[in-house]
Amino acid sequence: MEKPFAITLAVNSSLNNHTGSWRVEKPEYVHRMPPCNSACPAGENIQNWLYIAEDGSYEAAWRALIIENPFPAIMGRVCYHPCENVCNRAELDQSVGINSIERFLGDYAIEKALTIPAPAVESGFKVLVIGAGPAGLSAAYHLRSMGHSVTVRDATHAPGGMMRYGIPQYRLPREVLDAEIHRIKDMGVTFEMNTRVDDVHEALDEGFDALFLAIGAQLSKRAYIPASEAARILDAIKVLHGVEDGTQPLLGRKVVVYGGGNTAMDVARTAKRLGAQETIIVYRRTRDKAPANDEEITEALEEGILVKWLSTIKHVDEKTLQIEKMALDENGYPQPTGEFETLEADSLILALGQEVDFSLLGNSADLDTKDGVMPVDSTMMTSHPGIFAGGDMVPADRTVTTGVGHGKKAARNIDAWLRKTAFEKLENRDVVTFDQLNTWYYTDAPHIVRERLDATRRAKDFSEVVKGLDETNALFEARRCMSCGNCFECDNCFGVCPDNAIIKLGPGKGFEINLDYCKGCGICVAECPSSSIVMVPDK
Amino acid sequence: MLRQVEGSKAVADTVAMCRPQVICAYPISPQTHIVEGLSALVKSESLRNCEFINVESEFAAMSVAIGASATGARTYTATASQGLLFMVEAVYNASGLGLPIVMTVANRAIGAPINIWNDHSDSMSQRDSGWIQLYAETNQEAADLHVQAFRIAEELSLPIMVCMDGFILTHAYERVDVPEQEQVDAYLPAYTPRQVLDPLNPVSIGAMVGPDAFTEVKYISHMKNLSALDVIPRAASQFQEIFGRSSGGLIRGYKLDGAQTVVIALGSVLGTIKDVVDEMVAADIPIGVLGIIAFRPFPTEAVRSALSKAKRVIVIEKAFQVGIGGIVIENVRASLRGSHIADYTLIAGLGGRPITKQSLATYLDRACKDAVDELTFLDLDQSLADSEIAREAGR
Amino acid sequence: MSSTPIKFYQVGSFAIGNRLLPADDRSIQSDPSRTNALNSGHRACQGCGEALGARYALDAAMRATNEQIIAVNATGCLEVFSTPYPESSWRIPWLHSLFGNAPAVATGVAAALKAQGKSDIRVIAQGGDGATVDIGFGALSGMFERNDDVLYICYDNEAYMNTGVQRSGATPPAARTATTQAVGENPGNVFGQGKNLPRIAMAHEIPYVATATVADLRDLEAKVTKAMSFRGARYIHVLVPCPLGWGSQSCDTIKIARLATQSGLFPVFEAENGEVVASTPIRKRVDVEEYLKLQVRYSHLFAPTRRDDVINHLQSIADKNIARYNLLIDESESI
Repeated sequence: MEKPFAITLAVNSSLNNHTGSWRVEKPEYVHRMPPCNSACPAGENIQNWLYIAEDGSYEAAWRALIIENPFPAIMGRVCYHPCENVCNRAELDQSVGINSIERFLGDYAIEKALTIPAPAVESGFKVLVIGAGPAGLSAAYHLRSMGHSVTVRDATHAPGGMMRYGIPQYRLPREVLDAEIHRIKDMGVTFEMNTRVDDVHEALDEGFDALFLAIGAQLSKRAYIPASEAARILDAIKVLHGVEDGTQPLLGRKVVVYGGGNTAMDVARTAKRLGAQETIIVYRRTRDKAPANDEEITEALEEGILVKWLSTIKHVDEKTLQIEKMALDENGYPQPTGEFETLEADSLILALGQEVDFSLLGNSADLDTKDGVMPVDSTMMTSHPGIFAGGDMVPADRTVTTGVGHGKKAARNIDAWLRKTAFEKLENRDVVTFDQLNTWYYTDAPHIVRERLDATRRAKDFSEVVKGLDETNALFEARRCMSCGNCFECDNCFGVCPDNAIIKLGPGKGFEINLDYCKGCGICVAECPSSSIVMVPDK
Repeated sequence: MLRQVEGSKAVADTVAMCRPQVICAYPISPQTHIVEGLSALVKSESLRNCEFINVESEFAAMSVAIGASATGARTYTATASQGLLFMVEAVYNASGLGLPIVMTVANRAIGAPINIWNDHSDSMSQRDSGWIQLYAETNQEAADLHVQAFRIAEELSLPIMVCMDGFILTHAYERVDVPEQEQVDAYLPAYTPRQVLDPLNPVSIGAMVGPDAFTEVKYISHMKNLSALDVIPRAASQFQEIFGRSSGGLIRGYKLDGAQTVVIALGSVLGTIKDVVDEMVAADIPIGVLGIIAFRPFPTEAVRSALSKAKRVIVIEKAFQVGIGGIVIENVRASLRGSHIADYTLIAGLGGRPITKQSLATYLDRACKDAVDELTFLDLDQSLADSEIAREAGR
Repeated sequence: MSSTPIKFYQVGSFAIGNRLLPADDRSIQSDPSRTNALNSGHRACQGCGEALGARYALDAAMRATNEQIIAVNATGCLEVFSTPYPESSWRIPWLHSLFGNAPAVATGVAAALKAQGKSDIRVIAQGGDGATVDIGFGALSGMFERNDDVLYICYDNEAYMNTGVQRSGATPPAARTATTQAVGENPGNVFGQGKNLPRIAMAHEIPYVATATVADLRDLEAKVTKAMSFRGARYIHVLVPCPLGWGSQSCDTIKIARLATQSGLFPVFEAENGEVVASTPIRKRVDVEEYLKLQVRYSHLFAPTRRDDVINHLQSIADKNIARYNLLIDESESI
């Protein structure tokens, strides 16, 4: 067609006009730290595995998850999910049920019998892990993944540590525990159970190149309580351990538990299941100050366990004990009131916290300890080169997830130490806050509440209390994730650019800015739901 | 076929034979009978494959025509007077975009004061619009010029106004040899647009052009308009081959041989002038007539050549430029450049005032003796005008 | 609502795309092979709402017609920034004639197509608010009255932006423009009768009238698609914020359009044959102040003295819209 000069123009000819020259700022795609990831003691990349799960790729999501943590099914039951406490979605409606999805993925992997391949290349290094609890198992898993030969030794007869001997079955069914540990075994990790290590140096001399200590904190703290000789006073850890070993202690019909932590809740709920007609928890402060996880307190209360908040035990007799009521002073500290009450009690179980039993280490006096724990440096190494430590025995929160995180961190540093390199973790402290998100774009979708076993049924046996999500619910819940700080390919940037200056690279590949045309208006940044684009100065 | 027919009807029937595809109409006297005729032809399906659009203004009429023409349709409309002025913005746009729209202008005065009768103020106001302007002397020529106009317009991608005097031609019943369809079909090929809005071959028509290219665009359009000076005579001669009669062209001389005085005019007034001139020639006064058919582009060379033997030129105009005088004369002077031919302008027939043979003869007689002012208003009531001017001045 | 809301897939149909949806359910704009009817290299200001709205609308029209469209454009920003010689940003057959005649030109295009037996090619006319509600109003009304087969899209940025932000018939009360300055006792534009073109279009009882904004792409795409399913005159009025004229941040264009709808100042609805058939409920209602305060054209309402009287007046307009178009519905009915 003949085009009259100047008045009639060829289509698309403006592509010659590179409007990018107008720009003073340009958008840039970034990966920022989602608060969940930031809060995860095991360093999981939660946003990432949720993203993968969102389209139903559960195996891929599980494989992404276990890069950081080999125990999704366990985590999905026992982790106190600090991730959910910081989830930005809580400000919109409710937190994403990360823990429930993690459990779904873990259970999915068990159901599908997914395995973890043995390492392709053997490093030739040998590492001894002492303690088969969360930290030790996590370290063994990661070390084995890196190609090291790993041996785990533990004095008990079955691996799991506190996961087996502290956490009751109604919270963590043993087939779940066994399945996830078994997977680690199948990677080629050697377990030497019923094997006590008395001398770490001797153990090192057996030909191990490095050693990871994770013996936990299994010694119950004692409090001085005047008691008559006939008083039956038990130690919570031993009670729980005994239940697991089948050596059930006689608790009587009326049981009092002293303490406000998770172990107190666990032992109280266990006592109930063992047949106690009345179980009372005595704690000297208020519920909001109690270290126990709130869900555990709720579940305990649901099961009919009574709690005497703001109370201390003054004296214990054979069938009764005396408590004193406390009152909070102006600083919020409990102070004695002089008011007393008598409770009937066939036994008193102390759950006042645990200490590290360094005697387990026998002849290891040259390892520094401080305030009852073993200090480690930033690489989790003790004062002795090549000996690393983690879990409850080092200064940190004493949770399964923290232990798992220690195991991973120690493994990566042991690996680096063995290879004479340094493990450097890129610190990303750029945590996405709620106000940085454009939450308009997320559909209104309240949190799915996990079904729980009826409270009246719970006390009858050790059946699992909290039920898992089915696939539909898990998918829904995963899709509630706002993907803070990371692109989830909603196409907003691609669509809202008035200059068509966004290039869509295809599924999973994200986007690129076409700087030839981007004028730097910033709409893509403003309309990015997940705060994954930022404006940066150009030129 | 020879018919005793109203001018408007002759034009309507002829336009229909040109097979327009889009006709838009807005009523304004004295153009109405043309589109009324076409409306009936479309409605009765005598004219098929044609969309007749009753628009809400002349501005819309020309705008619809622009859209239709740019989409490759043969497009026609008609207007007059205020209507033409109301569409002016679109008139310029149509030519700027190079759209071969054919529009009849049933010439009529423009107000204020409002006046429905004939003069050339309307089309003359659009002489710079970039359109080709053809002026019909008779209804026969009016009909014939429309056939030629489509051909010229489409060949050049330029719009054409066919100007015919309102009432004097549009409403006059005369014998007209209305063209036969086969003749028109033989003369006028189907419209092949130079540029067209087509999803299969998209273009952007109507760009903004800045100082960097605007002059070139305007120069090109000027040169294209001028090229019609070749196309128009060719179209007329080919017309004669098929229709067997002479119609159209750039100019038409009458009794120019030996004429020392040449009277120049456009449109139907040429008939009256010829009658007067016939009598003067019979009285041995060497006078002839030059009718200008194509006023835009102005046939400067053809006029120069026609006037080469003249000693005196008298331009009779039905419009004028307030504040200076005649319009056509300004153009004719371009043809006279370098010569020493005297020129006189007679403004006549404004707002439908009859141009009588008697007044015309009196004027021409005096003019041939160089006894007239350079600018004369025919039959002006001078005393009335003078007293009103004095009254205004003395206020 | 014209678009079918997606129940729950993370961003549902709020975001432009949604990787979790089947391809057929995704927006046209999310398609990497979208047509880009208005392509890169145009000279619209940073953050131009009109450039965005035009691409959204015309891409949807192209999709709906198998790319068989012709567009007619009124004079204005969209025309100027898209086709300054020697470059055009369009990839469709496009014609610009004049400021006030786009509807009539489009009528001509449609008539020519019909006469040529090409009615499968559809016609869109588009212009800004000045071209639509003021200078081209007569032509638009004529096109409506004749029920010509044209979809007219007005990109409303509420003033004559191309000429330097002068008041138009669509300029809202109290807004400052170059010809309604923020001076005197009643700064900004007057509280007049308003010129509600969607309602005027409805009064012509044409087959389809809708309003939309650049803040709800899915809705806009659905409305354009739906409009293309009708023959006859159709009208879509799209609110397109103008950073330059409104004195807003270029990045806030969509946000401001969203606030216009969520405050009730700009009701989003559709009408068929003169009757409202649906409206888009407000999802997160905000006071008009939230909308006003992001725009310098309203800054005189907040400083040096806060003009609660004027703000309340504007709020009453929003409240009236909310009642008139039933914009607040029961949560359980909304998505």
